[in-house]
Amino acid sequence: MSEVVDKSSVHRWASGPTATSTETPKERAQTIAQRHGSAAVLMLVVVAACLLSPGFADWSNFQSILVGNAYTSLLALGMTFVIISGGIDLSVGSMFALGGVLAAWGVQHGGTSVAVLLPLACGGALGTVHGLLISKARLAPFIVTLAGLLFARGFLQAMSNEGSTTYLVPPDSAFLAVGRGSWAPILTAVVLFAAGGVLLLRTRFGQALFAIGGNEQAAVLMGLPVARTKTLVYTMSGLLAGGAGMLNAARLQSGVTNIGVGYELTAIAAVIIGGTLLTGGAGSVLGTASGVLLLAVILNLIGVHLSRYGSSASDLVNGAFLALVVLLQTVLSRRRGLP
Amino acid sequence: MTTEVSAQGLGIGRDQVLGAARDYGVYVAIVLLILINSVITPHFLSLDNLRVQLFQAVPVLIVALGMALVIGTEGIDLSVGAVIAVAAALIPLYLGYGPWPAIAMALAGGAVSGLVGGSMVAFARVQPIVATLALMIGLRGFAVILNGATAKPVNDPEITGLGLDSWLGLPEMAWLAVLLVVAVAFLVRRTTFGRQLTAIGDNRAASALAGLPVRRVLLTVYVISGVFAAFAGVLLVGHGGYADPANYGLDYELLAITAVVVGGTPLSGGQVRVLGTAAGALFMQLITATLIQHDVKSSYEQMAEAIIIVAAVYAARGRARP
Repeated sequence: MSEVVDKSSVHRWASGPTATSTETPKERAQTIAQRHGSAAVLMLVVVAACLLSPGFADWSNFQSILVGNAYTSLLALGMTFVIISGGIDLSVGSMFALGGVLAAWGVQHGGTSVAVLLPLACGGALGTVHGLLISKARLAPFIVTLAGLLFARGFLQAMSNEGSTTYLVPPDSAFLAVGRGSWAPILTAVVLFAAGGVLLLRTRFGQALFAIGGNEQAAVLMGLPVARTKTLVYTMSGLLAGGAGMLNAARLQSGVTNIGVGYELTAIAAVIIGGTLLTGGAGSVLGTASGVLLLAVILNLIGVHLSRYGSSASDLVNGAFLALVVLLQTVLSRRRGLP
Repeated sequence: MTTEVSAQGLGIGRDQVLGAARDYGVYVAIVLLILINSVITPHFLSLDNLRVQLFQAVPVLIVALGMALVIGTEGIDLSVGAVIAVAAALIPLYLGYGPWPAIAMALAGGAVSGLVGGSMVAFARVQPIVATLALMIGLRGFAVILNGATAKPVNDPEITGLGLDSWLGLPEMAWLAVLLVVAVAFLVRRTTFGRQLTAIGDNRAASALAGLPVRRVLLTVYVISGVFAAFAGVLLVGHGGYADPANYGLDYELLAITAVVVGGTPLSGGQVRVLGTAAGALFMQLITATLIQHDVKSSYEQMAEAIIIVAAVYAARGRARP
């Protein structure tokens, strides 16, 4: 990339979590708009929906939105770390599906502990392979995780006789307790997001991540463990995707084979809407959470008002929304960095 | 691009081997695959089989040609699969005016999509991957809304002829693809536009400082990619006899990118290998055909494809990094 972009990334990083107070008030306003814009829009949409859309302001509706997105939000959580490091992970949808199939297979072939550990181990291992190919062999994240998408999908198809066998979790299995209930999924997501936030803002790993995403060469020269940090980011994303698939399988009582197609796109969209820059070096876990919720609320409203178009309408709105957010983001970040 | 390769000692350097693997690997691989198949696969070299393979490979090839140009500018176009769906949705909508207006509308749809994506990249400086991701998500939904969820039959003889007829023993669409390959190769190698394209892919900022029309070139490249994808959509509708926007063009962005990468075009931009891209599309189709004709399950085929992609990019890496 060009020099110009590097400079702006450094600038962004410098105004990151360890901000020194060299910003002008205008710059600070723009930073706030970019970081917390999605939360503000989320509040506006929720308030408007409560007033205008009958049936929205209902506790059971809120709960269904939260529970329905609790596990898929974990994909966006992992994606946040990957994107801050300057990469991308296209494999999470496939890994989500693979995690579910492995968990259901594990219940039948070994019991609850196998069902819990196998998806985590496989997700983590595949993620680590991605990370090593990206950080050590220096291949493009886009292509490596694209291959990972195909590989994980092929692997789960091979496990399930080309998708014709669906492994069911027996109704008396202890494994079901892992993902059931109306509070457990929400709490799981909240705890993991909180842990992600602490990891990002309060640890050396998180600081190294911002530095690497901002300017990788500078991070190398500073003596940061660049290769290790980058590898770990993909390991984490794989772990979260496999784990989310496992939890989802416990909730659905089966390892659904055709689930997860396109989930990586929704996850990336949520992360970007949440204010994380795709160029790397800036972003927040809280932003991602509001990005996920914003997309979920919009989907919920579309389901009520545009149900005759089905999921196509939500795709259209999501696409338009993403384009708008990205345009705004580019304008905001360019004013601050690029000449 | 023409980096000096330092041959270490007497033997041939590792870089040279990797460079050669990138430059000619795909052609060697195609020849090897054909030789192996002519021995182990019955009727592989029959004209009928060749035609079947070409019908499968040509739409991907055409999409990949446009993708190669975009990748040459250090961009990427994820919207091609969704553009195929939009083209497929537009054809039955305008078929009442005759086949050629319908095809023209489909191609215009692709051009508009390219214009939108290209504007975001050229003027707003949005990263190509996000700009086209937004289009990819949005356009598929738009196409399904236009058409309705069920597939519509398309029986127009002109359009189905485009997708099914043969000329001199080979599919008409294969001849069209040959024309497009020649045209794009000419565009890249012999025109100012081609020079500007690769210069921008090498270094956008330097090209802008040198006074090249960066925005116009970027815009044109994305429009070409959109039109090519829409044309592939027309061919798919003609070949299938149905317009099915919900299912047409799924994964085409992946297939096209793979063909481009396998063909030796670096993702880092600054270089476009047109013949290599065509060979890459044929190679991926040959792999699929070989595995299918030997009853290898599609799951294993997917895993094999994944490994081939990584291997191809690894080979390409040798030259891209000084």
